[in-house]
Amino acid sequence: MKLTNLTTSFAVAAIGTLLTGVILVAENQWAVIGALLAAAALSIVLARLKIGMVLASVLNESSAWVALLIPLGGVIIGFALHEEDFVLMMLATVLIYGLACVGLTIQFGYAGVINFAGAAFFGIGGYTAALLGEWGIPSLLIIVAGGMVAAAIGCILILPVLRTKGHYAALITIAFGLLFRSFLEVNHTLGGPQGLKVEGASVAGHSLLDGIQLGSFQASFYLNYVLLALGVFTICFILARNLEKSWIGVNFDAVREDPIGASVFGVNVAYWRIMAFVIGNFVIGLAGAIFAMMQNFIAPSNFTFSDSLIMLSIIVLGGLGNLWAILPAAILVVVMPEKLQEIGEFRILVFAVLVVLVLRFRPSGLFPRALRKFRREVAQ
Amino acid sequence: MSHLFSARDVSVRFGGLQALDKLSLDVDEGTIIGLIGPNGSGKTTFFNALTGLCQTAGGQLLLDGTDITGLEPRHVYSRGVTRTFQRSRLCLSLSVFDNVVIGRQNSLDLNIVSNLLQRGRFNAAVRENHERVRALLATFSEMLAGRIFDPLHSLNMIDRRRIEVCRALVAEPRLLLLDEPSAGMTPDETHEFMDDILKVRSNNPRMSIIIIEHEMDLMRRVAERCIVLNYGRKVADGTFDAVVADPWVQEAYLGTS
Ligand SMILES: Nc1ncnc2c1ncn2[C@@H]1O[C@H](COP(=O)(O)OP(=O)(O)OP(=O)(O)O)[C@@H](O)[C@H]1O
Ligand SMILES: [Mg+2]
Repeated sequence: MKLTNLTTSFAVAAIGTLLTGVILVAENQWAVIGALLAAAALSIVLARLKIGMVLASVLNESSAWVALLIPLGGVIIGFALHEEDFVLMMLATVLIYGLACVGLTIQFGYAGVINFAGAAFFGIGGYTAALLGEWGIPSLLIIVAGGMVAAAIGCILILPVLRTKGHYAALITIAFGLLFRSFLEVNHTLGGPQGLKVEGASVAGHSLLDGIQLGSFQASFYLNYVLLALGVFTICFILARNLEKSWIGVNFDAVREDPIGASVFGVNVAYWRIMAFVIGNFVIGLAGAIFAMMQNFIAPSNFTFSDSLIMLSIIVLGGLGNLWAILPAAILVVVMPEKLQEIGEFRILVFAVLVVLVLRFRPSGLFPRALRKFRREVAQ
Repeated sequence: MSHLFSARDVSVRFGGLQALDKLSLDVDEGTIIGLIGPNGSGKTTFFNALTGLCQTAGGQLLLDGTDITGLEPRHVYSRGVTRTFQRSRLCLSLSVFDNVVIGRQNSLDLNIVSNLLQRGRFNAAVRENHERVRALLATFSEMLAGRIFDPLHSLNMIDRRRIEVCRALVAEPRLLLLDEPSAGMTPDETHEFMDDILKVRSNNPRMSIIIIEHEMDLMRRVAERCIVLNYGRKVADGTFDAVVADPWVQEAYLGTS
């Protein structure tokens, strides 16, 4: 039983890695469309045969260590394509957006706290990295600081969000996102509309913005960021997975499903909403800091309302609350438009149609979240 | 002498509607009180006021002599009051276990660090709670105990009622409020269900119950005292036989005169 679960997980990881690799290197846009159609067909077949749900629960009920298949696949792709600047940049971007989506999953997927200002918290992490970069602080600390500043600013926003209900709370987060961008544009110490230069991350005095040169092995500097993002993504993924499989996860779900019913059973609804919002913004802030370091430069136009929507659409398309769905959906949403450059502005249209189709035919996403079962915990 | 719970002149208003009108009643430790009355007479509203779900317009709710009027629902829970809902309030997308275990809120370790990192300890807590929830479910139905990790939406209405009662019981409350727990069951099922609830109570004889039911046979069997509401006002209070003999009750509730 355990062995088959492990084999299944390996098989899923292998197929995922292969498909990701193919989509990433495909030059011809027909090849991209082909790969997408293959992925869509796969998703439909899996759903029809109910295999999708079985796979989701296998992954959900397996040990946290199964998550290490993600960095394994990532490292394989990264080293296989180590000279491809553009491909590695896309891969790193997928991981960074995926990381932000781990935060959004905690907020919206678990506790049901909607956040239309994801890009703003991402930006707060980025600007924190820009400002702290000048002081020679260790990069890892800067990344954590990005998360902490985003979480702290989120604390201010959560108060009006808690005081309003439903759509109004959503409107407040939208307003905050717009406000954040306008604030950046008029604020000259933060570079105004032109933005700021960001010091890249460095490890032991070696800047990650330099390419890798080890004997005869040469690699794009983006490989550094792929590895950095993979590491942070994996840690946050495992922690978020543990969070879901804990009493806190049970409380989050109860708060989302029926806050009144939960409150009658002693659940502190406001506290858990705040917690989810703060933890989520912390993770989004981490992602923003890494993004800024990799880009070497940030401007308000990186953190618009449509970027917030892109982040949300990743978690909704993938399957709300399913951590495993984040990367496939992020590949779809981040890589596809890049690959379909030639059809120009039509790609937005293609993207919009895709979202509508998924929501119409698979309302709980391409890879719906599995039911939480504590079988493994009980057996141990 | 002091009562476990007392309501003193409790009123609730919804706009122009007086849903509860100076209601006073006492509940002693270890007793079962039946609450009856026609539709819209304020029975559910009384439970809502008691559990902090709706505001009172006057009066006092006392638990152990301490005022709990206006407390938030979760604080009422912490003092040992749990309930079921007339229109069931369960989380359909979660498992049976998750739905029931939330009732143990106050004994769950909610520290973030220990939940995330001390997984060995967490697993032990899951085992303990699993055993507890499983045993409670088994009191009601062995079959249900075997479906502890099934999604709630896969259960039929009767099993859902059982889950709601289990969620309220697993907290080991001092005062249990049951709002038409047997709605939708046949008389036989109702009978069996009530027996199961009483079986659980026999382990915890100090627990008091207020039960709202339309099923008169059930009331006769379990309620040591009955309280009759009409238009938010208490119209009778006494043993079942005394209450049904009351001409006012015959007219107001049983519709005969
Ligand atoms: N939240 C509310 N807002 C406005 N009116 C309400 C509200 N809740 C209850 N009412 C009204 O208060 C009155 C009492 O309702 P309540 O639900 O307490 O009756 P009940 O005795 O439980 O009836 P039933 O046997 O039908 O369950 C009804 O007229 C109802 O319409
Ligand atoms: Mg009622």
